[in-house]
Amino acid sequence: MNERDLNQGRPSRISDAANDSAIEAVTTFSGNKALMLDEPLIFELGSSETCGVDIDVMEPVESRLGGLERNKPIGLAGLSESETVRHYTRLSRQNYAIDLGLFPLGSCTMKHNPRLNEKMARVAGFSDIHPMQPVSTVQGALELIDELAHWLKTLTGMPAVAMSPKAGAHGELCGILAIRAALEARGDAREVILVPESAHGTNPATAAFAGYRVEEIPATEGGRVDVDALAARLGPDVAGVMITNPNTCGLFEPDMRKISDLVHAAGGLVYCDGANFNAIVGRVRPGDLGIDAMHINLHKTFSTPHGGGGPGSGPVVLSEALAPYAPLPYVTKSDDFFHLIEEEQSLSDDSDTFGRMTAFHGQMGMFTRALSYIMSHGADGLKQVSEDAVLNANYILRSMDDLLDAPFGHSGPCMHEALFSDKGLADGFSTIDVSKGLIDEGYHPMTMYFPLVVHGAMLVEPTETESKHALDNFIGSFRNVVTKAKEGDMSLLSAPHFAPRARLDETAAARKPILVWNEPETAEAAE
Amino acid sequence: MRYLPLSDMDRGQMLSKIGVQSIDELFVDVPQEAQLTGPIRELPNHASEMAVERHFQALAAKNTVAGQVPFFIGAGAYRHHVPASVDHIIQRGEFLTAYTPYQPEIAQGTLQMLFEFQTQVARLLGTDVANASMYDGSTACWEAISMAGRITKKKKAIISAGVHPHYVSVANTMARFTGDELLTSLPTLDAPLNPEQELLNQIDSDTSCVIVQYPDILGNINDLSAIANKAHEHKALLIAVVTEPVALGAIKSPGDMGADIVVGEGQSIGVGLQFGGPYVGLFGCKAKYVRQMPGRLCGETVDATGKRGFVLTLSTREQHIRRDKATSNICTNSGLCALAFSAHMTLLGEKGLRDLAMVNHAKAVKAADRLCAIDGVEMATGHYFNEFTLKLPRDARAIVQELADQNILAGVSLGRLYPKSEGLDNGLIIAVTETVQDEDIEALANALEASIKGGAA
Amino acid sequence: MVRYYTEDHEWIEVEDDNAIVGITDYAQGQLGDVVFVETPTAETIFAKGDDAAVVESVKAASDVYAPVSGEVIKGNDALVEDPALVNSDPEGEGWFFKMTLTDSTELDALMDEDAYKEFIADL
Repeated sequence: MNERDLNQGRPSRISDAANDSAIEAVTTFSGNKALMLDEPLIFELGSSETCGVDIDVMEPVESRLGGLERNKPIGLAGLSESETVRHYTRLSRQNYAIDLGLFPLGSCTMKHNPRLNEKMARVAGFSDIHPMQPVSTVQGALELIDELAHWLKTLTGMPAVAMSPKAGAHGELCGILAIRAALEARGDAREVILVPESAHGTNPATAAFAGYRVEEIPATEGGRVDVDALAARLGPDVAGVMITNPNTCGLFEPDMRKISDLVHAAGGLVYCDGANFNAIVGRVRPGDLGIDAMHINLHKTFSTPHGGGGPGSGPVVLSEALAPYAPLPYVTKSDDFFHLIEEEQSLSDDSDTFGRMTAFHGQMGMFTRALSYIMSHGADGLKQVSEDAVLNANYILRSMDDLLDAPFGHSGPCMHEALFSDKGLADGFSTIDVSKGLIDEGYHPMTMYFPLVVHGAMLVEPTETESKHALDNFIGSFRNVVTKAKEGDMSLLSAPHFAPRARLDETAAARKPILVWNEPETAEAAE
Repeated sequence: MRYLPLSDMDRGQMLSKIGVQSIDELFVDVPQEAQLTGPIRELPNHASEMAVERHFQALAAKNTVAGQVPFFIGAGAYRHHVPASVDHIIQRGEFLTAYTPYQPEIAQGTLQMLFEFQTQVARLLGTDVANASMYDGSTACWEAISMAGRITKKKKAIISAGVHPHYVSVANTMARFTGDELLTSLPTLDAPLNPEQELLNQIDSDTSCVIVQYPDILGNINDLSAIANKAHEHKALLIAVVTEPVALGAIKSPGDMGADIVVGEGQSIGVGLQFGGPYVGLFGCKAKYVRQMPGRLCGETVDATGKRGFVLTLSTREQHIRRDKATSNICTNSGLCALAFSAHMTLLGEKGLRDLAMVNHAKAVKAADRLCAIDGVEMATGHYFNEFTLKLPRDARAIVQELADQNILAGVSLGRLYPKSEGLDNGLIIAVTETVQDEDIEALANALEASIKGGAA
Repeated sequence: MVRYYTEDHEWIEVEDDNAIVGITDYAQGQLGDVVFVETPTAETIFAKGDDAAVVESVKAASDVYAPVSGEVIKGNDALVEDPALVNSDPEGEGWFFKMTLTDSTELDALMDEDAYKEFIADL
């Protein structure tokens, strides 16, 4: 035999000496674990001289900086392009993401982000135009905004929409400011906004920001707004209500029309938090329920990417009563020409606009993505979206409610998300332990401890973009972890065991905040 | 439908597991009269990728792309070259399709990136700390005014004439509802006697804060130290607004000149023009004010095994905990744009940013000299970085339109920014970044000259 | 010296017209690790039930109410540096502020130690 054909001492099977007990104790020089790679900070890797961009140096000119030339270093570190790409690629692998798996984060709506949307947002005719270009040079962009606005108005059954708010909470603010402006215009600003106790935290924060006092409305045992309590509280001091529908317990408010009528009869206006519009889009038009304003989180219903925390986009649909108060700028059309209404035009035509919420026209990059998503689905597809979202959530509800307490499960189906409580977990075990156990199973946890009306809440929203296969796998893991928590499996208390980090010390972070990196003091500097 | 994985067989099996006959039974809580019977008829049905692309291309073709013409527009958004790797990085699915890092064990990528971003921003602005970003510069500016009110417990803010008029408009809108008092004024094309002195004279013991822009809307850069000192004497804060952060590669940071809060628009680094959004608001301040800051903050800590890690911290300031007592109703930051900013800043580094800034300045000086050589054109800006304002012999707005019709995007007329404000109509703000080439400057100069002559005739 | 308790889990220890106010051991246990305390400045005047101080854990921020009306003498500066004192010694070193009373009859509406113990046993 040829010497080279022999295996050179390379074993062809796993040694009997290898066993599981040894694996625990293995440490590495680098601290890495194969594909689980730690990554230093840019400031620990780079230097002030390294640069990953080639810049054409110009001949020096006589400075016009007026003696304000920077006279000390900024303190930035640079990396070459290869190091930069590797730095962020390594960091990215420490994140969970929808692209990796089911992301059952209730109320947040983590659905697939179609890549066509990304491609459309990057078409130069949309991505490389300036907000202050003469309007004759951006007719296509204004037409796109107008077209998205048309879809949003039609899908919600509302007559007007303000496109500029930068995110859901900004949209809420827009809606509440429009309400305040409308009430002030009739000389009756009023003082109180009523908010159900299950509301998103942004609702009371927004109302307070707009100068209103917030009062809570209790929920019924069935998890809905207590209409009698609401009716009893209405009066000449109440400016309006903010109601999430479907609500944060994942339930439709069946009395929404009645609530709107009661509020209107008492001289108030109705704000609907549209965070959960994805559950009813294409099947129900909120405009038919008598509301006056509703923001639409484009990232929830229309799948613009969450991006690790924004950017969002929060257009607000408005009723006839509020439309005149919509913020600047906005798009209008006449004689086949799209106009952008800014301060100048509004000054000249006695507009009632309450003002301006942001420097430019809103989140164009999100408009393109949302329109791409909406066109891709169409009227028929969007109806299917809400139906599949509701079907998937109910499938999870009924696959779990024999094991886990579903406080509103007995009263009927849920909408797009299933709500569970921590009732029945072993002593010393809480919702957070179930969450961290799910991390080890390879899932992002559900929303925990929200809404506040349910103890140890677990809010699960699968969305419509999950297959039955993916749901069944998740249910298997969820049941496994809940069973451990009910049986008091101590290993759950220190979970996650397999994530890039174990549980983090949030107390230490908050007591002595370290918010920026500082050079470690050298021995000499310390002296 | 390509994004919906359930088959009809799946749906049938799932309905029977749930124990209902049809999907309609799951919508039982929705009153019959509120339900639509079929798809909304006024809208078309679903479209293929090809059909959507065709539609978008047709709309895009109606726009004049900045990169394809001589382009000199700034005034709050700047066209800089963004390295190819930046867009690759923000399209990594683990960044693009991640959620807000509320589960830090599986979000260290986003969290470490935010910590690096906060460090970069704080160093650039010259502040002790910075947050994980805001919606944009204009909303960050209002949040800063609001924060100064919380710190000083005073309600009068003095906004310099040099602050972007849209930022002033946002602040005016909000102040109308919060009851803050704002003192505002208009810029002028004729050298004012002493603009700084006017501002200094307004500061008194009722003043909560003074807001100045640096470089300002007309492109001017001025030392902020005297204003900072006077403000501090009256227990007021100095808020500096930076709409062109590339400038800070060439000039002193506002923090170094005494600003207490520095906010900015981060768009010009990494983000691109995008017709106005999404952008990324920068927000930095002195360490002692950190608990009054709006927005998310990322902090360093350790995990249960002692390894360094990062978490969102001081979240008790925020809406989801403080509800009606929150420092702000802000919920999202601008995470992906912050990543774009941070990645671009990492590629540039100290040296790259300083070189880039000097190229911008040099090109602006070259353009200014060429344009001011035109008969009837005067410089209306003193010291400047990459943006300056020209006083033309007639209404700049008409000239901008004429040049746009010749495919030259000349700048922003003051008439558009300050409608119906006397004495400003002839002003034209011109921004010159590294993307401008010599022939662009020539094209602008020739067209401007022709337009002025034509108008005079 | 007499110690009274409120249903909002503040304690107040009174000697003549002066008093020390803090939160109870039960309250700190419910809050978890305290990370930040904001105490009132001297000479602040409260009516009974006004927001007097703020105590924050990682996930919650709670207002501490003035158990009775009066004027603040001083806040506990030690809590600013070391908020963990509220956890380790809530009814001692972890006090929040000292105040003078304007109306000592307001104390009659508060609980004594035994009544408070019964009160929390029912929660």
